[in-house]
Amino acid sequence: MAYLDHAATTPMLPEAAEAMTAALAVTGNASSLHASGRRARRTVEESRETLAEALGARPSEIVFTAGGTEADNLAVKGLFWSRRAADPARTRVLASPVEHHAVLDAVHWLGEHEGATVEYLPVDSYGRVHPEALREAVARDPADVALATVMWANNEIGTVQPVRELAEAAAEFGVPLHADAVQAVGQVPVDFAASGLAAMTVSGHKIGGPYGIGALVLGREHTPVPVLHGGGQERHVRSGTLDVPAIAAFAVAGRHAAEHRERFAREIGALRDQLIAAVRDAVPDAILNGDPAPGGRLPANAHFTFPGCEGDSLLLLLDAQGIECSTGSACTAGVAQPSHVLLAIGTDPDLARGTLRFSLGHTSTQADVEAVAKAIAPAVERARAAGLS
Amino acid sequence: MTETSQRPRPLRVLAAMSGGVDSAVAAARAAEAGHDVTGVHLALSANPQSFRTGARGCCTIEDSRDARRAADVIGIPFYVWDLADRFREDVVEDFVAEYEAGRTPNPCLRCNEKIKFAALLDKALALGFDAVCTGHYAKVVVGEDGVRELHRASDMAKDQSYVLGVLDEKQLAHALFPLGDTVTTKEEIRAEAERRGLAVAKKPDSHDICFIADGDTQGFLARRLGKAEGDIVDETGAVVGTHEGAYGFTIGQRKGLRIGTPAPDGKPRYVLDISPVTNTVTVGPVAALDVEALTAIRPRWCGAAPTGPGAYTAQLRAHGGESEVTAELVDGELRVTFTEPVRGVAPGQAIVLYDGTRVVGSATIASTRRATAGAA
Repeated sequence: MAYLDHAATTPMLPEAAEAMTAALAVTGNASSLHASGRRARRTVEESRETLAEALGARPSEIVFTAGGTEADNLAVKGLFWSRRAADPARTRVLASPVEHHAVLDAVHWLGEHEGATVEYLPVDSYGRVHPEALREAVARDPADVALATVMWANNEIGTVQPVRELAEAAAEFGVPLHADAVQAVGQVPVDFAASGLAAMTVSGHKIGGPYGIGALVLGREHTPVPVLHGGGQERHVRSGTLDVPAIAAFAVAGRHAAEHRERFAREIGALRDQLIAAVRDAVPDAILNGDPAPGGRLPANAHFTFPGCEGDSLLLLLDAQGIECSTGSACTAGVAQPSHVLLAIGTDPDLARGTLRFSLGHTSTQADVEAVAKAIAPAVERARAAGLS
Repeated sequence: MTETSQRPRPLRVLAAMSGGVDSAVAAARAAEAGHDVTGVHLALSANPQSFRTGARGCCTIEDSRDARRAADVIGIPFYVWDLADRFREDVVEDFVAEYEAGRTPNPCLRCNEKIKFAALLDKALALGFDAVCTGHYAKVVVGEDGVRELHRASDMAKDQSYVLGVLDEKQLAHALFPLGDTVTTKEEIRAEAERRGLAVAKKPDSHDICFIADGDTQGFLARRLGKAEGDIVDETGAVVGTHEGAYGFTIGQRKGLRIGTPAPDGKPRYVLDISPVTNTVTVGPVAALDVEALTAIRPRWCGAAPTGPGAYTAQLRAHGGESEVTAELVDGELRVTFTEPVRGVAPGQAIVLYDGTRVVGSATIASTRRATAGAA
């Protein structure tokens, strides 16, 4: 079995599972005042401090959510609502067209239902937003911009954005910038304070933590309108009983990600480079999507177009041989659609159907790469024969 | 004779799973027989489902989920394949064009011929599969000479060989129908599904035409073809009423004619003929529907084409009975003479010829000769 879909989810770290299991056995609502509650609260706050340190943030800037999707929705909708409430002129939302659907669909929803004017920022052929493009878009009318959102690193093609420069451009006009950093944490340096971001989304299960836990790292001067109303547990911005075991495990994974990031980038990056070389060797006309430069893409990402192939066919053929990867796009009905990311970077729609994303992680080995090297050429040949339906 | 499902060699099988009970049990039986089975749900309808750019979902996401759940229980990989473009071109557009031309098509036959055992089968073979498995009730029998034959299902009441009559020998060579060789009622299939833990056991049967979700064929055609008012005339050519589109009628139809003037003999009138050129519908007495012979085009044979005239039984509709016929291939067209006249024969329908339980071949009815009057 070669698991090469770590960008979808990566195996939980044993130490994270251990922390979670231990906490599961302990009773306590972190909002209760008695001893059990205080014990739970202590676990939550220690975890918050650990995560804050790992992400270059203050503990009070960590708002726990039930995952990346919720954090993205809270940032995009919540900041839109609060910024517009402060000044009704602020109705414009600037977003990159390569965002994850958790951002893209939230932004689209604001346009459909909340009167937002959605403007997609231009990207280059790697899917990168240039700071000048953001500056130019905001400068057209700085007074009407509610927020801007550009992901730290793309989940499909792995392109890393110049987040700090983008945040600077937004800050020149006092516009808050949100970044979905779900894929970036543990792979590239992520320092919230140094980034200049107003808000940043992180997720547990992409870094060896559990599913269903994430956080919005939120600058203290920002108070988005809540998406979930209730007990107001997290800064009155997010309600819901805190998931103590998941938070404890998330913190363990977060610390691990920060501590092992350089080694991960070096070792997994080298493995990834081997995989790219092997695929190109086996299938000379395979196209590597995203930035080929080492600093420009996630070290664990390899994303290819195989001309004349249906990505789904490749997936089936590789799956049958125990190689697990992804076409990089999916929808609820399970019908593959050309990826919006590839279309945004100008890929021909037919070519966009023939993509595969291999994403490596902390359990990846040389054997995984060798399995791909061996299987990819015959699979591509077969998929080509099957053609585009 | 050997049943294909009992062949010892395990095959790589692609099971088409609609989300219904029959195809789920068929896939389960194929897996149980030792085959290496992969499930696939065909997304055939291109309806925008969400606001995602270029979004395309099957109109029945629930069916897709049911199929996925069944595959999970059986323990086989599962994929959704988008064949919506092919389905639209080869089945839906053909369906509309046939009605527009005054004929009565059977889209299920067309789908089996062009989608399940062409687009899907071709793709499956290219990807290294040996066979496509469906939940049809029909039997593939390997004759002593090794030739594959399509036969009626053991249970005549469930038999679906008619809609598979378009398959040729090559297509049959890669077809697996695990439900065909058991005498099984629908209740027994549901009980088997229940026993296998398949949640689709209680799911109601699907509509006849999958791409007309509400079952309103006339409404579907009206939306596609628009209103086209014309005359309803009797056999003498006298105008007895009007209609809003000749495509809305089927030969043999009695209801919904909305004719003000009663027939001279006071008896009900039936649609005898549809003329798209003049946009005219001709009605008349039931006796005028009797057909004694027909000509059918695009013949397809399961095996060698017959030489010379032969005696067969014929089936003219999916749930129709059998008629005794003599059939002969003349200049590539099938000439069929009925021993006893039959009613309700419409151009566009498929005629499937049988020799006992064996499917001999099929063709599309082009014209008929009435027992009482001229050809329609």
